[in-house]
Amino acid sequence: MTPRRKRMLAVLAVVSGVGAAAILASFAFEENLLYFYSPTQVHAGEAPDGRTFRVGGLVTSGSVQRAEGSLEVRFVVTDNLESVPVRYTGLLPDLFREGQGIIAHGRLTESGDFIADEVLAKHDENYMPPEVAATLHTPAPARTTQ
Amino acid sequence: MKKNLRPLLPIALFAGLIVFFIIGLQKDPSRIDSPLIGKPAPAFALEALDNPAVQVGSGDLAGRPWLLNVWATWCGGCRQEHTTLLEIAREGRVPMMGLNWRDDRSLALQWLVKLGNPYVSVAYDPEGRTAIDWGVYGAPETFLIGADGKVLHKQIGIMTAEIWRRDFLPLLAAQGGGP
Amino acid sequence: MIPEIGHFALVMALLFAMVQSFFGLAGAARGQAAWMGAGRSAVTGQFVFVAIAFAALAWSFIQKDFSVLYVATNSNSELPVFFRFAAVWGAHEGSLLLWALCLAGWSLAVTALSSSLQVRFRSRVIGILGLISIGFMLFMLTTSNPFDRLVPAALEGKDLNPLLQDFALTIHPPILYLGYVGFSVAFAFGCATLLEGRLDSAWARWTRPWTLAAWLFLTVGIALGSWWAYYELGWGGWWFWDPVENASFMPWLAGTALIHSLAVTEKRGLFKSWTLLLAVSAFSLSLLGTFLVRSGVLVSVHAFATDPARGLFILAFLTVVIGGALALYAWRAPQLKSNAGFELAARESFVLFNNAFLVAALCLILLGTLYPLFMDAMELGKVSVGPPYFNMVFLVPMVPLLLLLGIGMHAVWKKSRLQPVRSRLLGIAAAGFAIAVIAGAAVYGEIRPMATIGFTLALWVMGSSLMIPLARLRAGQAVPGAVLGMAIAHFGVGVVTLGITGVQSFKIEEDVALAVGDTATIGGYDFRLAALRDARGPNYVAVEADVVISKDGAEITTLRPQKRLYNSGGNPMTEAGIQVGPGRDLFAALGEDLGQGRWSLRLQYKPLIRYIWLGALLIALGGGIAGLDRRYRRATAAAPGLERAAAEVTR
Repeated sequence: MTPRRKRMLAVLAVVSGVGAAAILASFAFEENLLYFYSPTQVHAGEAPDGRTFRVGGLVTSGSVQRAEGSLEVRFVVTDNLESVPVRYTGLLPDLFREGQGIIAHGRLTESGDFIADEVLAKHDENYMPPEVAATLHTPAPARTTQ
Repeated sequence: MKKNLRPLLPIALFAGLIVFFIIGLQKDPSRIDSPLIGKPAPAFALEALDNPAVQVGSGDLAGRPWLLNVWATWCGGCRQEHTTLLEIAREGRVPMMGLNWRDDRSLALQWLVKLGNPYVSVAYDPEGRTAIDWGVYGAPETFLIGADGKVLHKQIGIMTAEIWRRDFLPLLAAQGGGP
Repeated sequence: MIPEIGHFALVMALLFAMVQSFFGLAGAARGQAAWMGAGRSAVTGQFVFVAIAFAALAWSFIQKDFSVLYVATNSNSELPVFFRFAAVWGAHEGSLLLWALCLAGWSLAVTALSSSLQVRFRSRVIGILGLISIGFMLFMLTTSNPFDRLVPAALEGKDLNPLLQDFALTIHPPILYLGYVGFSVAFAFGCATLLEGRLDSAWARWTRPWTLAAWLFLTVGIALGSWWAYYELGWGGWWFWDPVENASFMPWLAGTALIHSLAVTEKRGLFKSWTLLLAVSAFSLSLLGTFLVRSGVLVSVHAFATDPARGLFILAFLTVVIGGALALYAWRAPQLKSNAGFELAARESFVLFNNAFLVAALCLILLGTLYPLFMDAMELGKVSVGPPYFNMVFLVPMVPLLLLLGIGMHAVWKKSRLQPVRSRLLGIAAAGFAIAVIAGAAVYGEIRPMATIGFTLALWVMGSSLMIPLARLRAGQAVPGAVLGMAIAHFGVGVVTLGITGVQSFKIEEDVALAVGDTATIGGYDFRLAALRDARGPNYVAVEADVVISKDGAEITTLRPQKRLYNSGGNPMTEAGIQVGPGRDLFAALGEDLGQGRWSLRLQYKPLIRYIWLGALLIALGGGIAGLDRRYRRATAAAPGLERAAAEVTR
């Protein structure tokens, strides 16, 4: 039994070492554990400065501004109590629209602006399994004022 | 001794996992508490669905508990909850106002004629601005407003008899029921 | 009428499943041949009725019967007939019916094709499969009935989610489910073994072909999902470590460990209790995945219904099935001991390392997937675990695994006999490294450490895999299916590694704002927005762009990305334009109208990305070839002792 025991211990040691290395390395990435904050929490100072986090809420109607012809866009995200201005450069997801829920991923600047490096629209259907939440939670159709 | 306990490890871990899942299920993520709970209901005055000359507003039913149901004809869930809404209206315990959201007026009127009308009045919000004030981001949603005008509860998603009984009735009873 | 027939058929299927499990298990326990026969016949009955139910639902879709709630919510009259059929499994209720159909199908296959199994054992397997079927039928009939009526009927359906209106919808879920569900066979074999308290390892030989079959479907299914996400999402990603993806990847990892462990158990009678645990785990992970995506317990924006009642049902089902199996394991495992030993560089050792690394990766991925749930349950805040964590915990164990893979293939059973191949292997390693460095520098213009490691490992595995069949052919020997399959599958692993390294190390993605006539350059390719026009399809209108791609002045192709608006309303949808080349994909997707005549576009250069899916197909192909080896098609079950002797000789 002893050679067997030794072997098992050897394997266990190797795997634990590898696993520990992986976990330690992943902790080195601050972006790995993304905490979510509402605009109210951001206003209350609960969100970290300079560190990446996620903020989410509704896009305030009339707040979407795009410099003509530019990729840079500004909008305001709100939870109906407090708001956070967001700046993003790039393509917005198809499901992004005013009055819709979004989650922005980025960091807060000293000026209070949130610079996003990624914007996810809530119920962003970016994977195959369909959203039955559509029955519970139907987004408005594309017509009307815009 | 340790050897004999090792085969029990998988099932022990599994049991722990199940415990977490049960806790997780209780915390239904769709039941995100609205920041409006406990705050005064946002005021509004909109055109009545059936008559643009008439105004329907948040002040109409003040002084008693009332419900605001956000719905639209393009919303599948609204279709599903409609029978429950009719039953709630039949009970007569608390009046329900409808907020027709981003919809077509004539389609909405046809819907009520065909399926029945559980509302004492329906406000027409084609642009959705009132809905945004109420923090609505999908349909259907139903709010319970207390006699003092404060928002008591928000139901996101389809109303069922179960949810009515479990979440709304206790709050109504605390208010002293309805007339 | 037809929906009612479908509903009735589901009830009948449930009854047959009950007969199947009762008579299957009780019959085996009491040794009653008649009962066991009844259990076997019930399998056919169950399959027939599930098939009828499925046909009824499909018919309702094709006939646009909007009086059925599920049809009204997932289809509409403008939807092409092709998609009306595939919409059957486009949402929760219908996909459950697909699950049930796959399960009934596998049960029928096991019943029909295992006449060589011992009668009582087979009966137990059938009985256990029946228990699982009961669970799914009950789930459908009590919480998720696809045949619920909509009264009054809708005049028009809501439409199938436009993202699903694609060819891939017709093949990805069925193949994926055949894989997921197929692990139930290995599960049933494992539980039957535990129930009987078998001490030998004959069950391992019986289980292997079934496990290989399920595993290869799952491999193809996952690859299809990745490919579909890549071209359909419009943003060029091919893996997101989303809980739903992890839900299919974790069973795959367990399944891969299982097929290797089964080989050791079959050949040498070792690792018996570990292999049994793996067999239980693979399917348990499938069930867990089903729970995660349908219960609402994890806030993935990609999950199915967020209905707590459904979640509770699946949880209860999970507890009974997995808890039961693990309890069986706890009861019987201590009795399974093996005394055979093996040397450090013997084949068994390498399988041990393979399992260890795969399971370590699996556990870390499971941890990452469930971590948000733990944090939320303990009120510690709402977190999400990002891709960097998953990338790290998966890639770190894979490096030693790939390294050892190249060596392990050449190891022999029981003894360390690697000396003969040592020099050749070192040669391949050196060649791989050299090519990785030189080719990397030549093609991509830079040498990156991670890319070099990745390419070296890929070439190492590919070269090492080819060595074996080539050596046999050169010696004038035949290459048996098992050996050829193994070589091809491992070669495929190398190809996948090549693809992943290429795309992750050297991809270029840029968001640009272009007016008609403007050009943007990435990766040495010029993308010129040549034109913008309106277009229309059977159930949508669109804006279409002509993007002309050239390199060094020579025109390569014109891509036609679209931004679609479906008639049934809803948000716009992006159809990307992709140009496939032998060494890279070129990708363009439309963003939105920015004003001043400019549109935003996302342009991407994706080197070697196709090799990921090509490699996956090779892996599946290898598995298939190995599974069809003559060994498994032998009619009689030889005694374990003879088995081992025969195996030693042929090796």
